[in-house]
Amino acid sequence: MDAGPVLWVLSQSWSWKSVRRGRAKPMSGVMKRMGMIFRAKANKALDRAEDPRETLDYSYQKQLELLQKVRRGVADVATSRKRLELQLNQLQGQSTKLEDQGRKALALGREDLAREALSRRAALQQQVTDLETQHATLQGEEEKLTLAAQRLQAKVDAFRTKKETIKATYTAAQAQTRIAESFSGISEEMGDVGLAIQRAEDKTAQLQARAGAIDELLASGALDDQSGMHKDEIQAELDRISGGSDVELELQRMKAELAGGSSQQAIEGGSGQAQSQQQPTDTPRFDKQ
Amino acid sequence: MGDMIVRIMGEGQVRLAESHLTELNKLDDVLLQELEKGDGPGFRRTLEALLAKVRELGEPLPDDSLEPSELILPSQDATLEEVRDLLRDDGLIPG
Repeated sequence: MDAGPVLWVLSQSWSWKSVRRGRAKPMSGVMKRMGMIFRAKANKALDRAEDPRETLDYSYQKQLELLQKVRRGVADVATSRKRLELQLNQLQGQSTKLEDQGRKALALGREDLAREALSRRAALQQQVTDLETQHATLQGEEEKLTLAAQRLQAKVDAFRTKKETIKATYTAAQAQTRIAESFSGISEEMGDVGLAIQRAEDKTAQLQARAGAIDELLASGALDDQSGMHKDEIQAELDRISGGSDVELELQRMKAELAGGSSQQAIEGGSGQAQSQQQPTDTPRFDKQ
Repeated sequence: MGDMIVRIMGEGQVRLAESHLTELNKLDDVLLQELEKGDGPGFRRTLEALLAKVRELGEPLPDDSLEPSELILPSQDATLEEVRDLLRDDGLIPG
């Protein structure tokens, strides 16, 4: 029995400027239709009230609720974003570790292990890239919602002032048009903001499901964690072949020195320090030409 | 000729001269056709062109304005499906 908003608006005596000015045409465009749908929604709400002044207080309550909801939305998105940042750090730490393991394995002459470490690292990098994209999405949503909250706050404040003036100054009949004017504006904003929150919630929910999966992966030790409690099998094998100490590495280093230093860099690279950033300048370069 | 107010969802409202309406309507009509045909890439292109025009021609309204908009445009990142849902008779606009 309820006609849809479009039909409703067509069947009602809507008094919007575009119609008064004779501009109303068949709804041949998106922006025209959207405009009408929003207006219809506002008119419908106004129409339901016996005394339009009742809608003022009711709407104001709704506005405050929505404002709360947007603020919660901003906080929720921020939480998800921070969780992603934490995961990114963990994944990146793991990636660095695998790179070091690869170097060490290579220095110990275990190309198979090095290959394993590097291919795991490649898979991890894929995850990292993925998370970085999601992070950017969340940041975008956070900014949008923050701005939406600001706009809505400004409108709610303006509405409150106007509402009090209308209630104090106008009779029910006079109030009708005044209310319709301010109500439509805020109702439109509320529809817009309401949708923005829904979209942000949907996106956050999707990302949270994926973040949960990554947390599980991290917890299961499949990616190893940064606590150093788990030792993955690459590390176990490295420890085994080097006798759990760096004796084997030392031996390799000495052999290399005796051989004329031609594998110096590879061994340096396997010594387990964070050497990638501080490559000694006196190390011979082996650019493959 | 007077002014009119256009809302870009997720962005806010702008005021622009009615004299631009013909120009905007052309794009808007194309946009609806693309929406109805399900032409995703065309829809994206036209929506972006329309949004760019409105931003270029329009003067942003202050945040505390309570004026309703005559025309409402979907947000930049809205998908064809989302806009189609918005235009359904039972509407999905919350509030």
